Amino acid sequence: MGAVRRSFAPWADPTERPLIRFENVTKRFGDAVAVDRLSLDIFEREFFCLLGPSGCGKTTLMRMLAGFEQPSEGSITLADRDLAGVPPYRRPVNMMFQSYALFPHMNVERNIGFGLRQDGLPRAEIAARVDEMLRLVQLERLAKRYPSQLSGGQCQRVALARALAKRPKLLLLDEPLGALDKKLREETQFELMDLQHALGMTFVVVTHDQEEAMTMADRIAVMDHGRIVQVATPGEIYEQPKTRFIAEFVGDVNILEGRVRGQQDGLWQVESSSAHGPLTVDDADEVLQNGQAIAIAVRPEKMVIHRGEPPPDALNVLRGEVWDIGYLGDWTVYRIKLPSGAIVRVTRANRSRFVDNPIDWDEQVHVTFAPDAAVILAE
Amino acid sequence: MTRRLSLFNVTSLVLGFAFLYLPILLLVVYSFNASRLVTVWGGFSTQWYAAFFRNEALMDAAWVTFRIALLSASFATVLGTLAALALTRYGRFTGRTLFTGMVYAPMVMPEVITGLSLLLFFVAIDLDRGFLTVMLAHTTLTMCFVTVIVQARLMTLDRSLEEAAMDLGAPPLRTFFSVTLPLIAPSVVAGFLLAFTLSLDDLVIASFNTGPGATTLPIRIYSQVRLGLSPEINAASAILIGIVTLGVIVATLISKRSSLTPQRSEIH
Repeated sequence: MGAVRRSFAPWADPTERPLIRFENVTKRFGDAVAVDRLSLDIFEREFFCLLGPSGCGKTTLMRMLAGFEQPSEGSITLADRDLAGVPPYRRPVNMMFQSYALFPHMNVERNIGFGLRQDGLPRAEIAARVDEMLRLVQLERLAKRYPSQLSGGQCQRVALARALAKRPKLLLLDEPLGALDKKLREETQFELMDLQHALGMTFVVVTHDQEEAMTMADRIAVMDHGRIVQVATPGEIYEQPKTRFIAEFVGDVNILEGRVRGQQDGLWQVESSSAHGPLTVDDADEVLQNGQAIAIAVRPEKMVIHRGEPPPDALNVLRGEVWDIGYLGDWTVYRIKLPSGAIVRVTRANRSRFVDNPIDWDEQVHVTFAPDAAVILAE
Repeated sequence: MTRRLSLFNVTSLVLGFAFLYLPILLLVVYSFNASRLVTVWGGFSTQWYAAFFRNEALMDAAWVTFRIALLSASFATVLGTLAALALTRYGRFTGRTLFTGMVYAPMVMPEVITGLSLLLFFVAIDLDRGFLTVMLAHTTLTMCFVTVIVQARLMTLDRSLEEAAMDLGAPPLRTFFSVTLPLIAPSVVAGFLLAFTLSLDDLVIASFNTGPGATTLPIRIYSQVRLGLSPEINAASAILIGIVTLGVIVATLISKRSSLTPQRSEIH
């Protein structure tokens, strides 16, 4: 599976035709703009995540795919068919609702079979398909139960089975794991991924949970104020965030502000009030002017704490005092206060169970990071 | 809520209920009076009930009343449910606030005015007063009660249930019959029962719009009482009170139960 997955990148292939194409789509509610001139391609078999804070327009985007909202401007095509004016009940798209929206007056079986009955399939075929779905989500034993007799996790499975029963071209999932507790959520994430892979369907998931998006998605679109800020693989989003908003929204990050001093051997030299000397950043993609104000983003796990003097060949050295220590079991988070007053977060994996003489509060330490650990974000 | 009732509370409760129900109680008690004199107790008897069932004029009136109540409540239920749907489901269309106010207006409008205006309307369109006009007038009167009850239920109903049905391929009408209606059914039934009882005991609007052959029980009772009290009327009234009380209690229970039954999809 891994090998197949790794080579899956239809978005990089210019001859590939997208399954879904948003072209300059704008959606207004009265004066409020929910989606703003947005263009986006989603490809077949992709597990695509729309990620963003609440009110960023991700749900509106999904509701336009389902047909509950019509774009004010622009067009949406699905498999080369313009979706304008096509009502929800005529789209080859099914949705799993955040509230699950299970019909309380129907048992599990009838809930799952609802869509098939609308298509007027023969009874025997409906029964067979419902059984198949029940097996798929491992709910065979609960077929006759009513939604009020199910746990949250079971409801989630019924909702998923109901949405999958019609074998839609495209499955929309609105915060599919939002109502589950943490343990169950993690399990279900992997189940969803396996399911999507096994069924070969296209999944579009709306979520505000970046961890969820990172785990499941082939690509993530980060949205803010009705626009897409970046569309990329989870790795690219995390390691090469385009803007400060993304760097801060996805994962933890330390932002060091500074000014460009010049370029040396292809590395940017940056002067920052946070650092002891000049900072050296390896981010060749950026085109910068001397004197330009920039922000440097460094992930906490890419910073290293040194007790005493830093190694002499270290390029980026910050000096500070241990302000806070948070022990998380697998990781320990250190909050280091710099002389400028800024605080940087450094995480360290706890590789051994016992440490003699651990780093203590108020200790003077040095923090370093490699030039290629940092990303330059133009302000 | 573990506070005990004080003497003051008990007294005011008793006085309040006595004020409301003593006259009715008196009527029911005297319907079992053996004496022909309405105000003199002559021992227990059910003879006036028997007399009521033998009295053709009263029985005719009861039958007319029942048919009018059944028909007008049915029409009111359909119209009232449709109005509730329009007011809760079709967003903020222009004039929505006005419509909401207008639907509620008959609840507070003096019955004399409703009755009179309906009479003028029927005269204007040259409709002969009778069974049909009383039935239509009662539909007008009771529709708003159905709307209020159904609307309350619709507002608490998770909108995504209907969206899910459409998403799974059900066109709007089928969505209504397979998802919306089953879920609001208790409120619709409660609305029907309320409309039925309101029509059953209405005197004012019925007497404005009635005509030959459409004398309802309340009209008959009222006109007989003007000629003098008779224990038979007491019996008829007691039966009417019984039906209305039962209707209101059942309607209340149904709508209460449906609003208390939690919907799993609304908890999450």
